[in-house]
Amino acid sequence: MAAINQDNHGLRLAMRYVVLTLLAVVFIFPLLFMVMSSFKPDLQLLRDTSSLRAFLPVGDISLNNYYDAFARAPIGLFVFNSVLVTGVTVLLSLFFCSLAAFSFVYLNWKGRDLALTIIIATLIIPFETIAIPLLLLVSKLPWIGLEGVQIGWLDSYHVQIIPWIADGLTVFLFVQYFKDLPNELIEASRVEGATWWQIYRKVVMPLSGPVIATAAILKFLVMYNQYLWPLIVVQQETYRPVMVGLQYFFQLNISWGEIMAYLTIITVPVLAFYLILQRAFIASIASTGVKG
Amino acid sequence: MASRLTTSNRAGWGFALPGFGLIMMFIVIPFFFAFYLSLTNQRLISPNPTEFVGLSNYDRLLSISVLTIEPEVDDTGAVVRDDDGAPQYPRVRSFTRNNPDYPEYAGMREWFRWHSGDTAKVVVATDVVFWKSLRNTLMFVLIVAPVQAGLALVLALLVNQKLRGINIYRAIYFMPVVVSIVVVSLLFRFIYDGNDGLLNNILGFLSFGWFEGRDWLGNQDTALGAIKAMSIWQAVGFHMVIWLSGLQTISPTLYEASSIEGASKWQTFRYVTWPGLRNTAVLVIIVITMQAFALFAQIDVMTNGGPLDSTTTLVFQAVERGYGKQDISGASAISVVLFLIVLSISLIQRYITRAR
Repeated sequence: MAAINQDNHGLRLAMRYVVLTLLAVVFIFPLLFMVMSSFKPDLQLLRDTSSLRAFLPVGDISLNNYYDAFARAPIGLFVFNSVLVTGVTVLLSLFFCSLAAFSFVYLNWKGRDLALTIIIATLIIPFETIAIPLLLLVSKLPWIGLEGVQIGWLDSYHVQIIPWIADGLTVFLFVQYFKDLPNELIEASRVEGATWWQIYRKVVMPLSGPVIATAAILKFLVMYNQYLWPLIVVQQETYRPVMVGLQYFFQLNISWGEIMAYLTIITVPVLAFYLILQRAFIASIASTGVKG
Repeated sequence: MASRLTTSNRAGWGFALPGFGLIMMFIVIPFFFAFYLSLTNQRLISPNPTEFVGLSNYDRLLSISVLTIEPEVDDTGAVVRDDDGAPQYPRVRSFTRNNPDYPEYAGMREWFRWHSGDTAKVVVATDVVFWKSLRNTLMFVLIVAPVQAGLALVLALLVNQKLRGINIYRAIYFMPVVVSIVVVSLLFRFIYDGNDGLLNNILGFLSFGWFEGRDWLGNQDTALGAIKAMSIWQAVGFHMVIWLSGLQTISPTLYEASSIEGASKWQTFRYVTWPGLRNTAVLVIIVITMQAFALFAQIDVMTNGGPLDSTTTLVFQAVERGYGKQDISGASAISVVLFLIVLSISLIQRYITRAR
């Protein structure tokens, strides 16, 4: 009897792994196809889709698509633009949103509750519903640059950065986290004569590692993957981020091998980053759930 | 709030101002601006001053009507029929163009029609493309929200098992979430391709060649469905993780108790797991609904709204008009309609799922 039970158990365990693995294949195969295809010449790439060869590094494998992709488009510039815009926005967002949240949680001032209510209410506004009015707004805003005062923010880095610095979700995440920090710490520093700025910098922020990671990862994903906003505010190639730079590959003779190479270049670093920090990524998404 | 030490207006305002100011400037003001712009004839670049036009943008968007058309009759009063016996109808155009008898239909076009007996009922609208985009958006949300939430829950239950290596599976299921939807959309153009697409090949292989390939994105009947499936594939891992965090807040003692009581797996899920997921369920549904209403990149990369407007969406129309045609006011009116729909649906969801 015992042996039968054990077999049964082993079989059920194996079945579970079969199900899990089949699902894993479903989630992985398009990405595998992308990477493998990036090494193949166009003709072979298209022919291979009719068999499992589509997912294998077989046939005429080379880096030619990568050379050609770099020759066709200023990929380095696009990547630089995306990294710059993403990096600056994430840093400024962490600073301004945590500072505001600090004020909402620890300081008592006139209009505070109303301001926080407004910020929470913005969570229900999808960006897509304000994109067009925002486009008109930024096209009329003045900017003081090296060449003096200009009207209109279109075609610049700042138009991709400034509107994305502060958002309701980031403030909300910091507010939730700060509320759970022990109050005694802040009161003790206050008694010792520390200023609010010192408390923010020396007491609260050093304790906020987890929420900083969460907010940074969420903002990173939003910013690096930006599409609609740069599509409508950036015309010049000089400021184009990676997702909009893709348009380059659809002008004149389309080479799918080059497109796959470009997609691999802009995706694989993010995937690698994700796989290294996998736990932090998943924890950050999970924490938006628990708090909600 | 945590502490109310002293009132410190200056520090309080100073700290909150940059963040709050940016949110006001770039979220709240554009939001109200959309309502205002939708009442004007604002264009992105125009030599003429902007004028206030009242509700005419909404009037144009929302005008819809049903036109009843009787079949043509010959001199004897009999219905004119073609060779197949189908009744012949006067053209819709004869009612909607320069017909002084029917001023209420002026400028409208046919959206779709149905027949009751020999009478044809024709739904006509001034802005047929808008109505199609509204229908497509609602159909997208209606399918994607429940299916994605349900599949995400199934995945969460699967990866919540205590098995060796389960973290690897969890990481793989989540992987598409970190990949840009633009990249995913391009890859799926290959998968859905009509000639040598991966999907056609896989289905052909699984059915031993019985399945004949089709052009998934080039066909009105399958294009939106294909985009729905891809969108679910891309984002399901996100919601799996949210469900998972909900699952992990359920106390293990409840499971022990139900196992002592001899509850079946289904009973355990029904009476222990599901009640414990109530708050998570509300969150997941609201978040998916909001994301689904914002459908844009997939359409822009994969179909451009086609074939025959079968995949166009509200956001796609707003962008095409506001940016493509520089018609800011028309786009703003669509945005306002979209926002009001999102708002009312999330209020309804909150009401239905309110704590009792």
